[in-house]
Amino acid sequence: MAEYDTVIGLETHVQLSTETKVFCGCRNVFGEKPNSCVCPVCLGHPGTLPVLNKKAFEHAIKVALALDCSVQRVIKFDRKNYYYPDLPKNYQISQYDMPIAYNGIVSIRDGEGNTKNIGVTRAHLEEDAGKLIHDTGGSFSYVDLNRTGTPLLEIVSEPEMNSPDEAYMYLVELKRIVKYLGVSDCNMEEGSLRCDANISLKPGGAEELGSKVEIKNLNSFKAVREAIVYEVLRQKEILDDAGRIAQETRLWDEKKGITVSMRSKEEAQDYRYFPEPDLVPFEVEESLINSIKKDLPELASAKSERFRREYGLPEKDLEILISERETADFFEDTVKIYPAFQHVSNWIKGEMLMHVKEKGKDINSLGVSPEEFAEIIEMSVSGRISALSAKEVLKKTIETGEKPSSIVEKGSMEQLSDTGMLEDIVTRVVSENKKSVNDYRSGKEAALSFLVGQVMRSSKGKANPKVAGEMLRKRIL
Amino acid sequence: MRDELSCIDVCRKWLEEKPEISSRFVRDLLAHIKRIDQDIKAFAFIDERRVTERAAKIEKLPRDKELRGVPVGIKNNICIKGSLTTCCSRMLETFRPVYDAHVIEKLYSEGALVIEGLNMDEFAFGSSCETSCYGPTRNPIDTSRIPGGSSGGAAAAVRAGEVAASIGSDTGGSIRQPASMCGVVGLKPTYGRVSRYGLIAFASSLDQIGPITRNVADSALMLEVLSGYDKRDSTSVKIDVPKYTESLGKDIKGVRIGVPREYFLEGISSGVRRRVEEAIDVLRELGAEIKDVSLPHTKYAVSCYYIIAPAEASSNLARYDGAQYGYRAKNPADMTDMYISSRNEAFGEEVKRRILLGTYSLSSGYYGEYYLKAQKVRTRISEDFHSAFKQCDCLVTPTSPTTAFGIGEKTMSPIEMYLSDIFTIPANLAGIPAMSVPCGIAENDMPVGLQIMAGPFREEVLMKVAHAFERSSGHEEKLRV
Repeated sequence: MAEYDTVIGLETHVQLSTETKVFCGCRNVFGEKPNSCVCPVCLGHPGTLPVLNKKAFEHAIKVALALDCSVQRVIKFDRKNYYYPDLPKNYQISQYDMPIAYNGIVSIRDGEGNTKNIGVTRAHLEEDAGKLIHDTGGSFSYVDLNRTGTPLLEIVSEPEMNSPDEAYMYLVELKRIVKYLGVSDCNMEEGSLRCDANISLKPGGAEELGSKVEIKNLNSFKAVREAIVYEVLRQKEILDDAGRIAQETRLWDEKKGITVSMRSKEEAQDYRYFPEPDLVPFEVEESLINSIKKDLPELASAKSERFRREYGLPEKDLEILISERETADFFEDTVKIYPAFQHVSNWIKGEMLMHVKEKGKDINSLGVSPEEFAEIIEMSVSGRISALSAKEVLKKTIETGEKPSSIVEKGSMEQLSDTGMLEDIVTRVVSENKKSVNDYRSGKEAALSFLVGQVMRSSKGKANPKVAGEMLRKRIL
Repeated sequence: MRDELSCIDVCRKWLEEKPEISSRFVRDLLAHIKRIDQDIKAFAFIDERRVTERAAKIEKLPRDKELRGVPVGIKNNICIKGSLTTCCSRMLETFRPVYDAHVIEKLYSEGALVIEGLNMDEFAFGSSCETSCYGPTRNPIDTSRIPGGSSGGAAAAVRAGEVAASIGSDTGGSIRQPASMCGVVGLKPTYGRVSRYGLIAFASSLDQIGPITRNVADSALMLEVLSGYDKRDSTSVKIDVPKYTESLGKDIKGVRIGVPREYFLEGISSGVRRRVEEAIDVLRELGAEIKDVSLPHTKYAVSCYYIIAPAEASSNLARYDGAQYGYRAKNPADMTDMYISSRNEAFGEEVKRRILLGTYSLSSGYYGEYYLKAQKVRTRISEDFHSAFKQCDCLVTPTSPTTAFGIGEKTMSPIEMYLSDIFTIPANLAGIPAMSVPCGIAENDMPVGLQIMAGPFREEVLMKVAHAFERSSGHEEKLRV
């Protein structure tokens, strides 16, 4: 069997979360009643004209700068002509030969942990189409035009990824960057991030690229990886049988886990691009780019570096803390109040993210402020309450919104560190567990843990385990 | 200075005597229009109910509104909320916009009595007003002849005295050519001077709305009303609107007027040539400095236009697919059939021809050869004007190479029809303002138009020269109301 190099390029569509649509004043929202967020302009009514939403254009520039792209100094739009019922004008306003951004980079880590730069060919601003709803049981389909005119940034990568994992990593990193910028929620389920993959194989080490196949209908990160894995195998088999790869567009069938042919290159449409006469090209002022650049938030890679330096956290912690901008911010806000970096990191990684996952909310919507979070950790670390109780307090704060201090007081959760108060319990435990006491005396360390556990149980979790252990040892030895 | 003979002024006087606009005035007016229009068909249809309702609203407006109660006809490609706006195509035969065009808002706010339904070539594709799905409009001067096009109804209605003024659109001469053929004044403002919001697009980079009036004074007044920045049209320009009426009655001594020699070559009828040359003599006598100039790329204008305009049109008209509004073929087999049959059944021959032309020139492999090249030629044509306007304040030419031709005379030869706009097309390509004013009658008793062109946003030069010419040439029609 021959060896092949896999070549993958991704086209990613990111919906920009502006207040209004890209060429009209309609609200840009998801999940509204069909055809309720529309106006004559986005419905493509005769006589209407597009007007560029400045915010959408600024968002696009933000992404361009974050991807280290060159920003096109003249903004020009073009019409992409094709007929489809989700496209009311039967042309899409897009950018053809002068994309808003070009020549960028997305850095990923390959399998060996080395940094690999994937080139970004271009990113251009365009309007989204509406949605067709099939599966109605009837002999017709419904058209919902709420999405029509949502600002969309299409980001095209260079064909520089060589494995499904790299493609996956590229998407993860791209999503993280865009989310850090706060210009899109990048939700693949809601379609605010969509992706098509171009895949080709070539004999190992060859210069020339093989015929490329475009895969559409990738609705999750997982689908992207699985579809590419499948497609690479499919193409390999054909090539091994001395077959030819047809240049075509294929659809990923999630249920069957296969790709199926949608249209061949010959059937590819001629979009008859030409400059959009309704939007006058305009020059981007240097000052605007500079002010956007100045206001760019610290991106994940820079943050990771800084966290390592300032907080001395291990790699694993960094990865988790900076995966979402909100998480990283929450960490920093907490350590500002209680600078026990590793403790705070542990609590976020463990308890906090568990609640985030359980509730399906982001860290800021859980109802725990960094102040309260800091207070809980501090109480636990100082020994005022046990770790177990602290977890309980966090849970209660999330559920009831009550202040941690008052939960502790009301629930009388404060730890018994007072040896006087623990004396009785220790005495009872020692007298009731003769066997373990003897075991410990004969050198079995584990027996002490058991005895401490008994003290904890008797004290309903309030005993400070350290203090209890110390008292037991003294008593027995 | 506003002219005493202004049709709009006459109208206003008439209205002062009939303050109850909503009852007697409107009834008389509609009867008057219907009577005259029987032979002319300037209107594709008349919506009496809506006109009457509007009159009732106008009656409540303050008396000082510039156009209070003045009947203004609207070409049927300018959107009026709730009114049939059909582009005189079967495709939009039942289409009622849900919003008002910018110019309609402007007219309403000045109290004009808006009357919709002026006939036009289907989607403004034509120079004779013969391709309307409502049938042709006839020239009021000789009903065996065409009124010009595509704003044929707009020019004929003004000429026949059905309305005081009308609003048309001009993509390659659609205001000026019919104005010339009906002996009235037609103005295509600078591209960007008047908002296109609500004008059903033909070719977006060339389309411009403008007035057709009995005389220059009315044109100036109408332009003041229509002009101005509109944030809904990104191509409308944010510069102040001058008081165009203040350019009237001014001396034109020393005004440098260029005569581009390329506009007096083959194809121009002797009658037209003679009247235009006489007009130039009049301007010289008025003290203007007449200069021979050259616009060397003029000869490419028609070819250039017939690449760019159909290309944009093919895209602009793509939305008429039977899906959301407009005509839908009955019982289509599937979605593609719905598209094909709806468009096939509802578009006329000329519309199909231009869509095909435009689709072809935008196709991959041909784009560079046609569209891109045409854009380069367009730049050259603009540069010609730019350098001409360094030496002169305005240019004068014939508006059209011939006077109004007979109905049916050119319908079989599209190229001949296209050449009717040979002198008006360059101003659209360059985006400059241009006006047609009557300059006499040819041997066939049909009117000839003098076209005056000026640099971008120099409409006041047009007003000044045209008004001086109008007053001394004696060609202004005496009004019969």
